[in-house]
Amino acid sequence: MKICVSSLGNEKGAMMDSRFGRCPYFAIYDTETKTYEFIENSGVTASGGAGIAAGQQVVNKGVEVLITGFLGPNAMKVLMGGKVKPYHGKGGTIEEEIKLYEEGKLEIIENAGPAHFGMGK
Amino acid sequence: MKIAVLSGKGGTGKTTVSTNLAKIMNWNYVDCDVEEPNGFIFLKPKVIKTEEVKIPVPKIDEEKCINCNKCVAACQFNALAGTKTDIILFEKLCHGCGACTLVCPVNAITEEGRTIGKIDIGEAEAIKCMRGILDIGEPMAPPIIKRLKELVDDSPTIIDCSPGSSCSVVSAIDGVDVAVLVTEATPFGLHDLKIAVELVRQMNIPFGIIVNRADEEHDLITRYCEEEKINLLGKIPYDKKAAVLYSKGKLLVEDKEYNDRFKEIGEKILEVKACS
Repeated sequence: MKICVSSLGNEKGAMMDSRFGRCPYFAIYDTETKTYEFIENSGVTASGGAGIAAGQQVVNKGVEVLITGFLGPNAMKVLMGGKVKPYHGKGGTIEEEIKLYEEGKLEIIENAGPAHFGMGK
Repeated sequence: MKIAVLSGKGGTGKTTVSTNLAKIMNWNYVDCDVEEPNGFIFLKPKVIKTEEVKIPVPKIDEEKCINCNKCVAACQFNALAGTKTDIILFEKLCHGCGACTLVCPVNAITEEGRTIGKIDIGEAEAIKCMRGILDIGEPMAPPIIKRLKELVDDSPTIIDCSPGSSCSVVSAIDGVDVAVLVTEATPFGLHDLKIAVELVRQMNIPFGIIVNRADEEHDLITRYCEEEKINLLGKIPYDKKAAVLYSKGKLLVEDKEYNDRFKEIGEKILEVKACS
C-alpha cells in the first residue's frame, strides 16, 4: 500500500506541510518495500485548481492513504473519486506521521475545509 | 471610434468619467466592468433587451468514455480530473477552450452552454447603453466582455473598463482607438497608473490621462506626465459639489462648470486620436 504525506521537503526527515494543493512535495511511502519516493507537486505553480492538480497526481500514483493538514472541496472530490483515504496529520516529520498512521493515531478527514486555504501561506 | 476608460487602481472615477463623457459627447456607453457595472445608475437607460452569456463546457458521455485521461492532460486549467472510474468536471475552472473535445479519441465529449452572466441593452435618450453582468461566484469575466464588444457597432462608443490591468481590462481595450487613463493624485494612484500605462503602450493604443480628485498641492501626476511625455487630458477637482452630485446618482455635467470641463476633455481626446 502507498501512503502519501504532503511535505515541505524531499527527504523523510522533512516536515509535513499542512497545505495540500500548494505543498512543494509529496512523500510517497510504500509499506511493502518500506521505501520513499518524493515527487514535486505540480499544483504549486497552477494558476487555479491547485488542489485538483495535486489530487490528480496522488490518484495517478496509486496512493491509498493521504496524510495532510487540510483539504479543499475540489481536492476532496478528486481524492474521493480516486478512493484515497485522507487523514489529518499532526504536523511532525514525514517519518513520524507515517508511524502515527500505522499506530492508528490519526483521524480521518471527513469534511473539506475552506477553498484557497493554502494560498499565500 | 471607440474610447476605453481604464485606471489601474479601483475607485478612481472611471465610471464618473465614462458616463459624463458619453453624455456630453452623445456617444454610446458600454459598461465592461462586469463584476460591478454601475454606469447605468448615472445614465439611467431604459433596458429594452437582455441576453444570457454562456460558455461551452464539456459534457462527457460515460458510455463512450474509455478513461484514457487524454482530456485531463489537455486541460490547462485543471478543470478536469480523472479517477479510476470516471472523469470529474470542475465547471468553474473551465475556460471553454474546447481542447478536451479535440483530443478525445472516442468522441465522448460534447459541449453544452453554461450561463455565466447576462448583457443588458438599453437606451437613455439618444445614447445607446449596454452593460455586462457576471453572475455572483463566477470567476471569468472575459467571455462576457467579448460578447459585449461583438454587440458594439461602428457608432462612437465609450467603453468603461474594470479596475486593474488584468485579462478583463485587456479584453475590454483590445481594438479600441484611444485609451483614457483615469487616476487620482496619490502615490497609490500613480503606482497603478504606471502599470496601466505600460499595458496601453504594449498594446499600442494612443492614450491620455485624466486626474480625478485633483489637488494642486500634490501634483505628482502632472510631473509624471511631463517626465513621460504623456497627454494630460484634464483634471477634475477635489470638490464637494462633485461628491454631492455623485451621491445622488446624478451626472456631473448637469452642473455648468463640469459641463465645460468635460467638453474640453472630450475635445482633447479626439485630438489624441487625430495626432496618433
